[in-house]
Amino acid sequence: MNSTTPVKQNTKPNASAIPPWRVVRPESDGADQVAAQTVTEKTIVLAKNVTKSYRRHKTSVAVLKGVDFSADQGKVTAIVGQSGSGKSTLLHLLGTLDKPDSGEIHFANQRIDNLSARQRDLFRNKKLGMIFQFYHLLPELTLLENIVAPAMIGQSLFSYFRNRSGILRRAKSLADMVGLSHRLHHKPNELSGGEMQRTAIARALITDPKLLLADEPTGNLDQESGQSILQLLRNLNEETGLTIVMVTHDENIAAQCDALVRLKGGKVERLK
Amino acid sequence: MYKLLLCWRYLKTRWIALASIVSVTLGVATMIVVNSVMDGFTSQMQDRMHGILSDLVVETRSTNGIAEPNWYVDRIRGRLGDSVQGITTVVTLPAMMTFHHNGNAHTQQINLIGIDKETYASVSDFSKYLLHPDNKQKLDFVLKQSGYAPEREALQPAGWEHRTRVETLKKARLSEMERYRLLQEKISAEQRQQIASDVATLPSTNDEVSTEATNGDAAVSPNTTASATDEINQLAAGPSSFGAATPSAPRGHVFDAANEQRIGIVLGIGIGSVRGRDSDGKVKDYFFIRPGDDVSVAFPNAGSPPRAIDEMFTVVDFYESKMSEYDATFAFVPIEALQRARGMIDPVSQQGAVTSIQIKLKPDADLQVARDALRDEFPPAESYVQVNSWRDTQGPLLAAVQLETTILNILLFMIIAVAGFGILATFFMIVVEKTRDIGVLKSLGAPGTGIASIFLGYGVLLGSVGSGVGVVCGLLFVWNINEIARVLEWVTGREVFDPTVYYFDTIPTILHPFMIVWVSVGAVAIAILASVLPSIRAARMHPVEALRYE
Repeated sequence: MNSTTPVKQNTKPNASAIPPWRVVRPESDGADQVAAQTVTEKTIVLAKNVTKSYRRHKTSVAVLKGVDFSADQGKVTAIVGQSGSGKSTLLHLLGTLDKPDSGEIHFANQRIDNLSARQRDLFRNKKLGMIFQFYHLLPELTLLENIVAPAMIGQSLFSYFRNRSGILRRAKSLADMVGLSHRLHHKPNELSGGEMQRTAIARALITDPKLLLADEPTGNLDQESGQSILQLLRNLNEETGLTIVMVTHDENIAAQCDALVRLKGGKVERLK
Repeated sequence: MYKLLLCWRYLKTRWIALASIVSVTLGVATMIVVNSVMDGFTSQMQDRMHGILSDLVVETRSTNGIAEPNWYVDRIRGRLGDSVQGITTVVTLPAMMTFHHNGNAHTQQINLIGIDKETYASVSDFSKYLLHPDNKQKLDFVLKQSGYAPEREALQPAGWEHRTRVETLKKARLSEMERYRLLQEKISAEQRQQIASDVATLPSTNDEVSTEATNGDAAVSPNTTASATDEINQLAAGPSSFGAATPSAPRGHVFDAANEQRIGIVLGIGIGSVRGRDSDGKVKDYFFIRPGDDVSVAFPNAGSPPRAIDEMFTVVDFYESKMSEYDATFAFVPIEALQRARGMIDPVSQQGAVTSIQIKLKPDADLQVARDALRDEFPPAESYVQVNSWRDTQGPLLAAVQLETTILNILLFMIIAVAGFGILATFFMIVVEKTRDIGVLKSLGAPGTGIASIFLGYGVLLGSVGSGVGVVCGLLFVWNINEIARVLEWVTGREVFDPTVYYFDTIPTILHPFMIVWVSVGAVAIAILASVLPSIRAARMHPVEALRYE
């Protein structure tokens, strides 16, 4: 997919001209290596001493107070914690939706928190898949169009039409994989919660991401649907080696994951 | 691609936004209708004015006129060369016209215009505004038997038909009056004799008184008889000696109104008629002068100081340009008649003076250039003539219409601008409603510019739909404007377009493609401008806050 996608070349002569996730091997770049105890060769995403606070009516609320976090490639990492402990904030920082007040975020040994807005948009589009508690499908689009949306966003009108049949084929196979090939032309409001979350997963996978960020993917579902979503994610992880970072407050779910961290008082403790 | 898809879907699912665009639609439709009607009016008016007025006029303010018009004509031809299509000379005068109607004399102010019947039609569309078909071909100031605009019932009978009838009636009435008077005289004479014989039988004390009375009566009656007879002769012959002064009428000839006409005059139709409504509300013309009637015109002679002279003319036709200002004041007579009556003919050279020289240019000639050339030829400081184009003469009127059109356009564009604020508000609402979707799109990697272009594109689409529908509505309205006026008349019971006021039977319209393009481009531009602020707001939205938005 990446090879067919024209990436806008930054004209600046410095190192950030080339999007960092295009650098294939991390060993070549020693300067960016972070000496944290959690870092291994397999670490794909890394947060180092990250702080983040929000201003609420003149008072500043510190949510993250120096968080170190890492997730290994091909593993399912769960972040647990109570409501308001900063789980989602950490996930948003990892997904470059927000910037930390201090500290660094690295992806594939490249720093990503200080990238330009355009590069972060590209990063989210090419390297990241995200799913949310409330699915966040676009209500005006059909299921198939929702799945295709990230591919449309990542390509110009011309290149989209050139690659249209391939993209649609992949979208249909993803819909098939999540078991929704019979509802391709339904709008989100005609689907059940579980179906919507499956659609969201298919949408997250269309650009073939390296990392899937899931923000309480089962939080709004009943036991059975939640379990089948988890099973789907687990299968994905096992079959394609997709790295998953999942925020949850359900200890049962967390127990099934490869790695587990808890956020408490703005700090991280590694449980597994 | 997602931008197009999303704006298309928003357009299809957000009907409330279409409601906000209705004002744009109405504004566009109104602008098209108003502009085409105003253009229609303006162009009709210009056509008429230009048809009546020649392109260029070389005129003098002096009522004595230009003494040597041929010298001027030669110089004009020499200067303008090939671009001249026709030149004619004209005498224009303020005058008073008197006519009799229902036994009353009516006096009215007119502009008396002496024209050269050979060349006048070459400088203006004069002929086509005359009523008689023969006069439309060529005006000869000769009264026709009949056939003046046969489709107008109110005008019939006209021409010789009318004149002969009126004269016959007049003579019959006069002879009846005469017979009655003679009868009265006879009766009173018999009565006097009776009284005298009665008196004779009375006692003689009253003799003196009765003789005086009888003598008095006898002294008065022969005089009365004589003056009445004179009056009849005078009425039959007409009060003017001018008719007799024409070469065809030898001196001493008694004018016979039933078989002869005086010098012809063509009156503006507004001088001789009024337009009103009958009891059923139908538009009707009422003519109090018809071709065939005689009118008397008083105008100044060329002396210093000028004195009023009075001449009789026979109405030979009406002139209907449908410009009420002209139709109510213009009266045309042969130029030689006016020159002779006013004493404008040079006794030595036999050349008549004129007050203005009118020039018609060829269609491809430049009016302004020709005017400036003539102004250069006859500089205002050195010569006593003025050079004006028809646009100069009608400048204030044309400017007034132009100003009206401009102000209407500004006002209507304001309406569309107000509609723009409606779109702005609606768009802000839509952006707020779509906050979460914006967050989702950003989380999927859509850049701010992409988000902004969704809403900008939405604005373009809405503007295009609104102005497109507006253009279609406006065009349909313009094409069927007279039918719509009729329906409105039927519904409201009031005349929308009153032909007694406008002199047009139908509402004139002209559609300029450029006007339509500009109006719709302007409307789309306003829709785009109105969507810029909401788009910027959408683009700047923070993804995390947008995702959290409930």
